[in-house]
Amino acid sequence: MNSDNEQFLIQPVSAAPRPTDSSASQVSLQELVPGLVQRWVDRGGQATTGQLNRSGNRQWSIKVPASSLADFCRHLLRSLPLYLITMVGLDERERSGSYRLYYVFGVDKSKEFLVVETEIKDGIPGSLLYQSITPLVPAANWYEREARDLFGLIPQGHPDPRRVVLHRHWPDGVRPLRKDFDGAYQPPFVLDDDEFRNRTGGEGIVEIPVGPIHAGVIEPGHFRFSAVGEQIVNLEARFFFTHRGVEKQVEGLDVERAVFVVERNCAACTVSSTLAYCQALEDLGGTVIPENAAYLRLVFAEMERLYNHVGDLGNICAGIGFHAGSQRGLFLKEELLALNETLLGSRYLFGLIRPGGVRRGLNHAGRWALREKLWWLREQNTKLVKLILGNDGVVDRFTNTGVLKNSSAFHLGAVGVAARASGVDRDERRDHPYGAYQHLQPTSIPVLQNGDVYARFLIRVEEVNTSIELLLQALEVMNQHFQEEPTLAVPLGDLPAFQSAFSLTESARGSNCHWLMTGPNNTLYRYRIRTASYANWPVVPRAVLNNIVPDFPLINKSFELCYSCLDR
Amino acid sequence: MLNKTIGNIINRVVTNSYPEKSKAVPENLRGRPEVILESCSGAGECARACPTGAISLNPWRIDLGKCVFCGQCAEVCPSKAIKLTHDFELAARKREDLVVGPKGEPVEAELARATALQPAGTAANYPPRLLQPPEEQSQEAAELAGPNPAPAIPQSLPLPLLTLSPKRRALPMSLTNPGSEGDLEVMENHLKERIGRLLQRSLHIRHLDSGSCNGCDWELTTLLGPVQDIQRLGLDFVASPRHADLLLVTGVMTRNLTIAAIRTYRAMPEPRLVVAVGACGCSGGVFTTNYAGGGGTDTVLPVDVYIPGCPPRPQALIHGLLLATGRLEQHKKENLKAGS
Repeated sequence: MNSDNEQFLIQPVSAAPRPTDSSASQVSLQELVPGLVQRWVDRGGQATTGQLNRSGNRQWSIKVPASSLADFCRHLLRSLPLYLITMVGLDERERSGSYRLYYVFGVDKSKEFLVVETEIKDGIPGSLLYQSITPLVPAANWYEREARDLFGLIPQGHPDPRRVVLHRHWPDGVRPLRKDFDGAYQPPFVLDDDEFRNRTGGEGIVEIPVGPIHAGVIEPGHFRFSAVGEQIVNLEARFFFTHRGVEKQVEGLDVERAVFVVERNCAACTVSSTLAYCQALEDLGGTVIPENAAYLRLVFAEMERLYNHVGDLGNICAGIGFHAGSQRGLFLKEELLALNETLLGSRYLFGLIRPGGVRRGLNHAGRWALREKLWWLREQNTKLVKLILGNDGVVDRFTNTGVLKNSSAFHLGAVGVAARASGVDRDERRDHPYGAYQHLQPTSIPVLQNGDVYARFLIRVEEVNTSIELLLQALEVMNQHFQEEPTLAVPLGDLPAFQSAFSLTESARGSNCHWLMTGPNNTLYRYRIRTASYANWPVVPRAVLNNIVPDFPLINKSFELCYSCLDR
Repeated sequence: MLNKTIGNIINRVVTNSYPEKSKAVPENLRGRPEVILESCSGAGECARACPTGAISLNPWRIDLGKCVFCGQCAEVCPSKAIKLTHDFELAARKREDLVVGPKGEPVEAELARATALQPAGTAANYPPRLLQPPEEQSQEAAELAGPNPAPAIPQSLPLPLLTLSPKRRALPMSLTNPGSEGDLEVMENHLKERIGRLLQRSLHIRHLDSGSCNGCDWELTTLLGPVQDIQRLGLDFVASPRHADLLLVTGVMTRNLTIAAIRTYRAMPEPRLVVAVGACGCSGGVFTTNYAGGGGTDTVLPVDVYIPGCPPRPQALIHGLLLATGRLEQHKKENLKAGS
């Protein structure tokens, strides 16, 4: 029993251990990549490199044959501290007669990206094979399974060949993201059966199926626990129940019109998602948005983080039935949502970001109202945390529950609060600064090592405070430099056809990566959304192992992931 | 302990008293779009700009079941004839009641039905379907429904058959079964009355997310918070459909959830009500009907009340729930008609 009330004053720890990194200095791809590729070619491998400069963050792209993809990645991983950001499949048969895969890697301590690209020739059936990198990079698991479901590209050597997006009631051979698949076609239902691989049989082991329709007001997902007594020995999670075909739907759509779909992919991270989408477009078009709009985007993004974090602090308490905390959190969140509506017309900040700028601004009165609310919130947040952590029972339930180990968080590619609570120090606002974050940075980015519910709670507490300070600073800058009615947006202009770009933003849950490729006449050719929830869901089954079943709601709420932006 | 008690006495009550006393709405609230016909130039920019195809022309009408209240119509209007009102209590018992005219007045029934039948969603081939004259629309709708119009929904629903036919999925149930005969209407009213009597004072709600963006879900969570606190109205959320009187469905009906949605509905005891929430629940909203499903709740389940909004404000949700139990009446559209 550990109940020190002052414990919530945390000391941020900055240097987290890196499994692959020995040096503490900046990693420069400029020095490393050409040498690495040269050595690979010297050994008889094939690879070509290229460079792209987009919004100050240099991208290195390396093309390798599909049959040696994993070997090449192994070669890279020996010398570079890479982590997988996203993987995108693309059907380019109309243009080049082949499929393409893009593995986007981030590099620790570097603002640069590395994109490993491979081409899979379409020819005889059964030739759509490539070397899976999942055994090397476990974070690639879902991406490769998804590419198999939606494109029919088969990752050789993948340890888990089950379907992920298309459930068992989909007929075989349906490949929705191929260009020749008619998006309006609705395949018949064939089979309604569950498919669970790691059925842990044996005496004393009970299987508990939960969902997809849950007891609370939450989104659908299926969880299957194997438990000995109360202890969870295995958890299988099934998602993609809310798969709406968003990526197929926006193909061929005008980029300005697609914004409405993009922002409604997920309500809880609508600002950061739309922001990532718009930034990718602006990158391609070389659009420079007005500085005022850049600051407004920062304000909106931080307002979104605030209402999410404050709500989550209370919501975690709902996981253990501590209603004083959860009701207080709901009250604070409601106040913030009402403020959103008063200032910007939408409680969930829909319809604020547009390509080239923002749709709505904040006038002087609005800025003042926001500032007053932030002062109020700073005080209220401290009270909320005192109320919650002042209760010994709560602290007892939080401590050492749902521990996510540093190595799991690193290898499964966790992002956001989940990663920072487990010692993986990642925050896109600092790692790949975008928009006004290039000028304004949060005062500190809290990192903890414990990886339990308590750590995730404390990270959120600290982030609420830094977010408030950041907002106050941004409002100060805006009051000084921007008058009442400055330009909100500039036209996007013509985008080059068949060019790809991606952008990362930090939402309340973690980093969102939106990858897109334009088609002719400012349309979308391919769009891939990877939100924080997509990156973080695979770590939840790791974190619940060896915990008791009644702690699952608590652990789940401490990650606070959403299903809709995972499922798309 | 004593401190807390005193603190609780001093603290103000945060719960608002909607619907007895309607709280003032914020100035920036985006509610039902309204047209000032005198200044409308008839350019049709609003219909082209609408991301869900909610606006149709000749005569100007808007399908609130599709509207996502983005304000794009007001933004693009060359003569600034459209403004967003503060009208958010838009819930209706029939899908076609959501199709309203420039001032929110009801439009002719046949036209309303045809408009509501138009698929929603931000599609690439948009907007050719929308700009067709209404006569063609209804003809097309009749073609889609096939030579034999679907039979009225029987008491025991052969749901898998209903849902698994792709043709049926394309059309909302309530619209393919107009039920225009007099005795049917009498029976319906009688049933409504009976359901109202049974459920008016204490209603148990089961929430079902059939593919929402979680905006509506978060608004439902807000209902349980101290500010809205729907328990003061005798409404509460329950954990199992077997304990529920009302199924509150948010989101588009995705294929992966169709079977679960039908099972949830079947698990509920009679009498049961279904309420579709949000633009997605009413019509599919910005999401097109595609391989992964799509369309509103009524493509699979018989819906009693539609609550438009994207997402609907908590008070709009309360209004819709009270409408479902018969404790409130549909918004005063007749008054509006008389006034306009």
